[in-house]
Amino acid sequence: MALDSRIPQGPLADKWTRHKNEINLVNPANKRLIDVIVVGTGLAGGSAAATLAELGYNVKAFCFQDSPRRAHSIAAQGGINAAKNYQGDGDSTYRLFYDTVKGGDYRSREANVYRLAEVSTNIIDQCVAQGVPFARDYGGLLDNRSFGGVLVSRTFYAKGQTGQQLLLGAYSAMNRQIGRGKIKMFTRHEMLDVVIVDGKARGIIARNLVTGEIERHSAHAVVLGTGGYGNAFYLSTYAMGSNVTAAWKAHKRGAYFANPCYTQIHPTCIPVSGDHQSKLTLMSESLRNDGRIWVPKHKKDVEAIRDGSLKPTQLAEEDRDYYLERRYPAFGNLVPRDVASRAAKERCDEGYGVNKTGEAVYLDFASAFMRYGKEQAHVKGLDENDEALVKKLGQEIVKNKYGNLFQMYEKIVDQNPYETPMMIYPAVHYTMGGIWVDYNLMTTVPGLYAIGEANFSDHGANRLGASALMQGLADGYFVLPYTIGDYLADDIRTGPISTDSKEFDEAERNVTETIDKLINNNGTKSVDHFHKRLGKIMWNKCGMARNEKDLKEAITEIAALRAEFWKDVLIPGGADEYNEELAKAGRVADFLELGELFAKDALVREESAGGHFREEYQTPEGEAMRRKEFQFVSAWEYKGEPKDAVLHKEDLAYENIKVKERSYK
Amino acid sequence: MNLTLKIWRQKSAKDKGKIVDYTMSDVSPDMSFLEMLDVLNQELIDKGEEPIAFDHDCREGICGMCSMFVNGQAHGPDRAITVCQLHMRSFKDGDTIYIEPWRAKAFPVIKDLIVDRSSFDRIQHAGGFISVNTSGNTQDANAIPINKHDADAAFDAATCIGCGACVASCKNSSAMLFVSAKVSQFALLPQGQVEATDRVMNMVKQMDAEGFGNCTNTGACEVECPKGISLENIARMNREYLKASFKG
Repeated sequence: MALDSRIPQGPLADKWTRHKNEINLVNPANKRLIDVIVVGTGLAGGSAAATLAELGYNVKAFCFQDSPRRAHSIAAQGGINAAKNYQGDGDSTYRLFYDTVKGGDYRSREANVYRLAEVSTNIIDQCVAQGVPFARDYGGLLDNRSFGGVLVSRTFYAKGQTGQQLLLGAYSAMNRQIGRGKIKMFTRHEMLDVVIVDGKARGIIARNLVTGEIERHSAHAVVLGTGGYGNAFYLSTYAMGSNVTAAWKAHKRGAYFANPCYTQIHPTCIPVSGDHQSKLTLMSESLRNDGRIWVPKHKKDVEAIRDGSLKPTQLAEEDRDYYLERRYPAFGNLVPRDVASRAAKERCDEGYGVNKTGEAVYLDFASAFMRYGKEQAHVKGLDENDEALVKKLGQEIVKNKYGNLFQMYEKIVDQNPYETPMMIYPAVHYTMGGIWVDYNLMTTVPGLYAIGEANFSDHGANRLGASALMQGLADGYFVLPYTIGDYLADDIRTGPISTDSKEFDEAERNVTETIDKLINNNGTKSVDHFHKRLGKIMWNKCGMARNEKDLKEAITEIAALRAEFWKDVLIPGGADEYNEELAKAGRVADFLELGELFAKDALVREESAGGHFREEYQTPEGEAMRRKEFQFVSAWEYKGEPKDAVLHKEDLAYENIKVKERSYK
Repeated sequence: MNLTLKIWRQKSAKDKGKIVDYTMSDVSPDMSFLEMLDVLNQELIDKGEEPIAFDHDCREGICGMCSMFVNGQAHGPDRAITVCQLHMRSFKDGDTIYIEPWRAKAFPVIKDLIVDRSSFDRIQHAGGFISVNTSGNTQDANAIPINKHDADAAFDAATCIGCGACVASCKNSSAMLFVSAKVSQFALLPQGQVEATDRVMNMVKQMDAEGFGNCTNTGACEVECPKGISLENIARMNREYLKASFKG
């Protein structure tokens, strides 16, 4: 099947308006006759469910957590971008569009990104109207800060808990619709298959995680807002339950999977401490506004720091290597995430890592304490030369900005970051790849939509900070509710969809057979055993830097591991009860398939772009080397085993931006 | 370090539960409390036994999913954290640790340490929102200036993660701290004023209907709240309720 991105004609700035004017609408009275299933209740799914219900559709929403409020969007810390130009620093829709396309290393679709930038301002208005308590300045107006890869202050925030506040906003919008009876909410439910009738998505098979019951749910359209698949790496900043299952089942039913190898590695996470570790914790990128990143210049100091005989605070300024400021003077510590991550890896690989395992660099706030402190002392008319006083005043300011992050760090690492620099290291944080969608956010299966992190569309090969929250809410509040009408307009006479059909029978049988197989396997090794091994392969061979040899090995190793999983996995307990191991097993089984496709996709992409770094393709300075012939989206069609997947290419045309070498120097 | 764990096991809501003893060795002080339970669960699975069911998700202290009593305290001994942020360095070699689920009529046990907190959601359905269309046709955000003090106070109330520690710590199983946090957030913001009366009346009514007890100003909820939600919010909710009652 040929990929049709359905990008509207006309000038870039008019495309979305024109499209909205031209697509089909559903009359309000007819919306009542139409059911929509939304899977996932994070920023994308939650906002979509609320808006679709408000428009008048009957919505059934599903999440695996005990409440929609727990979706992992809640953990996003730093902020959300919008081209409001409240700061008057030259921001505009075009600039946000430009920064996002450039930040994504020219591997995202122009029309989608422009639309994202265009609706970004509405998001802030909408959220403020819903009572989201964004940070304000003393005049009562909204405050902004700056994020990596950007030269303007366009990031709106609520301390270090922006994701939480935005998600609670979407959750409250959902609650209003649940209260009205327009959303029927299914919590502790997991989608295990999509049902396709006459070529159209017409429902899902879900498992009630408390009772184990397998349920059939029908609808006129199905929307997936199920997030990303970074947990394929086992260790990541994702929530423990985040998984690819719903998206993968959709892929198996015909939805193409795009750019699976595009993963963002976030530069500022708390380093790994031991084998028992279950997850990695992110420290917001906003910290890079005030923190300076460094490692010692000399190996002897590295050794002294590692064995504890030298404290980082004792190391003289001239013996520190502020490597980001040195290499990228224009952006300094605020280079994009892929650049910062690779630079940290490069220093640690060279032996300059500062913790026991040699996999950590410092994020130091000492200069910020003094800078803010001097300002405060000046404002308050106190002695600017009193170092202790200035430091204390400065620490207060930093505490106000990032207090919860500092507290989080101290709890995990047992060190006080006000007194000693934080240690950080990159970790898997976001997947830019996902289900392929057209301009309407529809997958290659008619009636099946993918929004937010679950789709591939807006971030290209790298995601800039504060852009994921923006995309989730843009898709859910302002894009999908319009575009889905175009499809549903043909369904006003269809009437309710029966779940009593051979397609539902077949999908349910598919699900129950898999569960039976898992539960009766009588193997010897736990689900986590396999998940950890998969994670090691993914991190070592498909991680921050990749090469042909490693990727080929990864493909073979993952296929072998998958075979071993199905032979030897052990799941205690039964299928008809709350069984966390069973739920995990299904998710890991899907990661074991996705992981192989991931490696296969990375192998095909013989270039370095954004967060995806192929060692064979780098400039003499060690920067990513893009190749013109790879200016496409890779969209994979399911044909059974991942090794048989067929590659389709969507060529990316840049008509409004000149494709240049990305430079942050 | 070596530990003795006394953990509540309960097969389902219908079954009777009991405390079961487990011993663990080689527990690292760097492990989080939940990672310690992960290790125990792997040992149980390897022996062919059923692992201990407990709720958890983000493991960063923000999703509000994790919920357990550790030695009689919600989220364990440390202040202002969730149990996923508790580390084993807070314990000593040879310690005996009691691990139990939240106990409240409105939070029935699902299995082992997992309870059903959907009553919290139902309270939110009754009024935990501002009735604005999600159309994006709202006025410019800066057209509603909000005093920084009020915005910060609203934010502080809004940081509630809905974990239920307040209910579990209260001798009356009261949900006042949880409900008052949402009421306060909106009471402090101009956007929330229009339906303030209905909001507080409806939410309190639903809270009572779910079987939560009353507040007797003991303050255990505030002490055990992982996000430091203040008792001031309860006072504010009471004022809002009184105001709403007069309006009828």
